[in-house]
Amino acid sequence: MKGTETTSVRAGYRRARGIMVSVARFLVVLVTTFLGLLAVTFFIGRVVPIDPVLAIVGDRAPSSVVERIREEMGFNLPLWQQFLIYLKQAVTGDFGISVLTTHPVIEDIGRAFPATLELATVGTLIGAGIGIPFGVIAAVWRDSIVDQIVRIIGLFGYSVPIFWLGLLSLLVFYAQLKWAAYPGRLDIAYEYTFVPITGLYLVDAAWTGQWSIFWDAWRHILLPGALLGYFSLAYISRMTRSFMLNELNQEYIIAARAKGLSEARIIWFHALRNAAVPLVTVVALSYAGLLEGSVLTETVFSWPGLGLYITNSLQNADMNAVLGGTIVIGAVFIGINLFSDLLYKTLDPRTRN
Amino acid sequence: MTALLTVKNLRVTYPTRTGVSEAVRGVSFSLGRERLGIVGESGSGKSQTGRAIMGLTARNAIVETDMLKFGDIDLMRIPARQRRIMRGKSIAMILQDPKYSLNPVMTIGRQIVETLRTHERIGNREARQRTLSMLEAVQIRDPERVFTLYPHEVSGGMGQRAMIAMMLVCSPELLIADEPTSALDVTVQLEVLKILDKLVGERGMGLIFISHDLRLVSSFCDRVLVMYAGKMVEELPSANLKNATHPYTKGLLNCLPQIGVHRHPLPVLDRQPEWAA
Repeated sequence: MKGTETTSVRAGYRRARGIMVSVARFLVVLVTTFLGLLAVTFFIGRVVPIDPVLAIVGDRAPSSVVERIREEMGFNLPLWQQFLIYLKQAVTGDFGISVLTTHPVIEDIGRAFPATLELATVGTLIGAGIGIPFGVIAAVWRDSIVDQIVRIIGLFGYSVPIFWLGLLSLLVFYAQLKWAAYPGRLDIAYEYTFVPITGLYLVDAAWTGQWSIFWDAWRHILLPGALLGYFSLAYISRMTRSFMLNELNQEYIIAARAKGLSEARIIWFHALRNAAVPLVTVVALSYAGLLEGSVLTETVFSWPGLGLYITNSLQNADMNAVLGGTIVIGAVFIGINLFSDLLYKTLDPRTRN
Repeated sequence: MTALLTVKNLRVTYPTRTGVSEAVRGVSFSLGRERLGIVGESGSGKSQTGRAIMGLTARNAIVETDMLKFGDIDLMRIPARQRRIMRGKSIAMILQDPKYSLNPVMTIGRQIVETLRTHERIGNREARQRTLSMLEAVQIRDPERVFTLYPHEVSGGMGQRAMIAMMLVCSPELLIADEPTSALDVTVQLEVLKILDKLVGERGMGLIFISHDLRLVSSFCDRVLVMYAGKMVEELPSANLKNATHPYTKGLLNCLPQIGVHRHPLPVLDRQPEWAA
């Protein structure tokens, strides 16, 4: 028995070490990718034909003023020095002031991002929660009527313009049936009294036990969330179907049948557990896509999210806000990608080393 | 004595766009607690025969038979659920390549425990104990370690032993081994065969050994059934292989290399259309 214990301890140690190494690698990748992202945004900021000095002083200022401001803003420094300053500011979260809102960009994003995060999370939960079972069922009963129905639902999901579906759903579920609330995140009655903590209204309301607000926020997020969910469901269910078909044709499925396992266990445990490995990437990418902010959905539902914020800033040549938003989106993308890589490793023992 | 398995006029057909494709065309045999080898080239229907007995043909396959009995149980009549329960418990099957036939994301131990817990109501601790002793029975020296390994972490021979352990842990009475050593190195083949031989002998199981290797089958089995194009062309005791009467069997035997004999050109199989008719 003694020998047993040492073996399992050693195996545990080996695995723990493996995890540590991959976390370290993860951090290195995170930092270098982030540096790359900052370099790109810095470069974009220099090449766009918008002079930040003119944006501040206006085009009627005398040239001596323009020159003075240019000097003060550091545009006469060598490029590498400018980049270092930019780096320092970005790392400390200083993306400058938004010309449009007159608030620091980081504050604006701090308000807009949670709104998008909440919406994207609800959307992804719906999309994956329904899309994965749909895909599994479609694969198991392939070419049957069930498969066709899932296929049509999916096809509809990604071919119908989301703003049209959004307006239609408002007409039906808000104006006619009154199941959902009107556009916005909260009713006007709550809007000015509710003090958010994290900015995720559902979480904040539940945390502080304000259940009427929770219910109200839920009724507001229901339609846009379901719409984004439907959109990602279309994609996730198709991918799940093809991954599952691939797994169900593998030899180990025949072996599992030869062991006498039930069909349900073979499908939902053996096959889906293997299909989950590539599915992680699909769900993560779809989530990251929604986190960019879905401009159309946010516009239709007056959702004060990141997509709306960046689009507005872009239309008003508010470069600080656009670049700040880009950095945040890039950071989220990097984070989610790395997270899905880590998840991938825990799901597939063959990728652990 | 009732036979362990009785197969009468087994037919497996697949509907295709251009008509039906007949994989197995009337195979009949009965099996006691003995070793039956089924040999034949690729596409001769030997694997499909094994799958049909297991009830594991592809779902568009049509399996027809005059009789398919396991002991007194009519396999074609019992409900699907009962047939499912018999798999792994009464009839088990070993597949060709452990690289593909073990679930890559489950440890070997869990996969064996799963067979046990599907068929028997036992606790975790007991299942683990029985799994470890089964791993020992297939001559794995370090069962505790192998229990925690994933399939990709073991060699082919070790994987196939784990497969044998997984399929024999519930002590089935009949084992169908579908090319169990074809994916292994020659040296490992012999080890795995020895283990299989020992376990089948000790437990008094019936064995159907499917292979394309006539020499291997004749040395390992009591009887040999030769298949060609979905039909049985000959059935004879291994010892009498030299007295084969069918020209196809003779042709196969003639192709075996002989030490010290220089043959040029190498003999090839001569296929007559009337054998397939």
